[in-house]
Amino acid sequence: MEEKKILDLLKLKFPEVVKDVSTTLGDDVAVIDKEALLPLVKFLKDKPYEYTMLLDLTCVDYLGEEPRFEMVYHLFSLPQNKRLRIKAKLGEKDLRIASLTAIWKNANWLEREVYDLFGVSFEGHPDLRRIFMYDGFEGNPLRKDYPLRKRQPRLRLRE
Amino acid sequence: MPTRIQKEARQGTMLLNMGPSHPAMHGTIRIMLELDSERILNSEVEVGYLHRGFEKQCENRTYFNLLPYTDRLNYVSPLINNLGYVMTVEKMFGVEVPERAQYIRVIMSELSRISDHLTCLAAMAMECGAFTVFLYKMKAREFIWDVIEQTTGARMTTSYIRIGGVRADLEPNFAAALEKAIKETRAVLKDVHGLLDKNKIFLNRTRDVAVMTPENAIAYGWTGPCLRSTGVYYDVRKAHPYLTYNRLNFEVPLGERGDNFDRYLVRMKEMDQSLRIIEQAATHLPETPAGVMAQDVEPAEAIKESRRKKVRTGVRLSPNLEGSEKDKYKNILAAEKGYVVPPKEETYTSIEGLINHFMFFMRGHGIRPPQGEVYFSVEGGNGELGFYIVSDGTDRPYRLHLRAPCFHIVAALEHLIKGRYVADVIPTFGSMNMIGGELDR
Repeated sequence: MEEKKILDLLKLKFPEVVKDVSTTLGDDVAVIDKEALLPLVKFLKDKPYEYTMLLDLTCVDYLGEEPRFEMVYHLFSLPQNKRLRIKAKLGEKDLRIASLTAIWKNANWLEREVYDLFGVSFEGHPDLRRIFMYDGFEGNPLRKDYPLRKRQPRLRLRE
Repeated sequence: MPTRIQKEARQGTMLLNMGPSHPAMHGTIRIMLELDSERILNSEVEVGYLHRGFEKQCENRTYFNLLPYTDRLNYVSPLINNLGYVMTVEKMFGVEVPERAQYIRVIMSELSRISDHLTCLAAMAMECGAFTVFLYKMKAREFIWDVIEQTTGARMTTSYIRIGGVRADLEPNFAAALEKAIKETRAVLKDVHGLLDKNKIFLNRTRDVAVMTPENAIAYGWTGPCLRSTGVYYDVRKAHPYLTYNRLNFEVPLGERGDNFDRYLVRMKEMDQSLRIIEQAATHLPETPAGVMAQDVEPAEAIKESRRKKVRTGVRLSPNLEGSEKDKYKNILAAEKGYVVPPKEETYTSIEGLINHFMFFMRGHGIRPPQGEVYFSVEGGNGELGFYIVSDGTDRPYRLHLRAPCFHIVAALEHLIKGRYVADVIPTFGSMNMIGGELDR
């Protein structure tokens, strides 16, 4: 039961900030406080756990709930062959979280994507700007309150 | 608004745009270069030209309806995208897929992988001047796409792999077509090895150009052939086996230096292994009773008849539905109702069948995974193709996120071309296999 081990260990090591651990459908999940993100991933990245790969980084908008946003990180450990999902809630008022660009290089683009599509700002990101949408685009398209059919043409459409 | 590179540019250097539309850029991507004559001092990659809101669209489509959108992610290997999405939903349900369908899926995803690698290497070789290689590989891809077309009915936008199984059973003469495709591909691979492996022009442009260290590759989140070219052993098919991969023998080719040539060679060797997998899977494929198209009555007649009495004879289906007759369902689709399209024979002839049909396609009904979230990944042409789906219990995903492998790979392009010459951008970019549909989503 290796997967139980890392989750229990996280709980033991970071008792105040790890709010919940679970294994759903075979995926290990840890819900943490957003302030603890950096020390926690540094701990996981080092030996002996070696979660050296940031597989994925994304955000989910739970409109109507408080806190509204949830950051989702997928880490992968090559030697252990284990995946780990870390989630951190973000309130709408304080939409900031520490950037992982200093730890993983692909975090640069991934965080730009989340900034572009959700409007989350990452503290410590060297070059935080839109990646998919163009400069001057208004709003964040993947938020639930952004209508599917809203158009922002760059040229005025013919009547 | 000035871009980053404009702000950082030094005195006396030249800023040059490569792309968004450039003959040597297969895909719309803009590389801004800061040059000191031919030497690249700094660069900036701009993506997003093909962003079409895939994730937003998916949140507004039912689980069944969004399948065609996944075809358009990596449009060179659409079947693997289908597979990744479908298996993520299946993981939520815990669906048991029949063995024959599993082997069909393996064959189809390996064929797609070969066509993906062939396309990538063909373009890369052509850009280095080896036009013959391009034509040879396109020829081999044509044979593979013939098999895919025969099975799925489409060359690129297949939507063939469905939740619970596959859309239709294989053609009766599938084995012959597959054998031909394997034979032709083998011959082409041999020719290409002969043309390129010791070709001085090709070697000069790829050997020790854009070298990636294993540490950096991991830090950039590289997966797939590009990661393996640096010597890191990670393949989703081996690390987290899905389908029947753990029952098939194959090797994971590794590179040594992580340069452009290794990325080429790993892809070439991987195609050999894929052919091996296909041959094994084709022999393991469980037998199915030879399909006979029911020659009985037309649907309209059957409906007319069913008004008076229960129809006992078979119904003739449209040729489009060949391979998905009711008696084939048990071989290619999971047995549970609710996430499999009800057989058309029943829909046409009985009221219960019609109700089942509507219950499947009606808004708010159909495929409704339990609440929760799931991450699942398959080995795509470019690397780990992962889907992260959050379900709120309704018939459409609350959030669907794609982990696009080439997003991570292209993110490292700036790093790789720094300090090299302009001409090195072309083979480096070619060996990455950037696919716009997947990168920009």
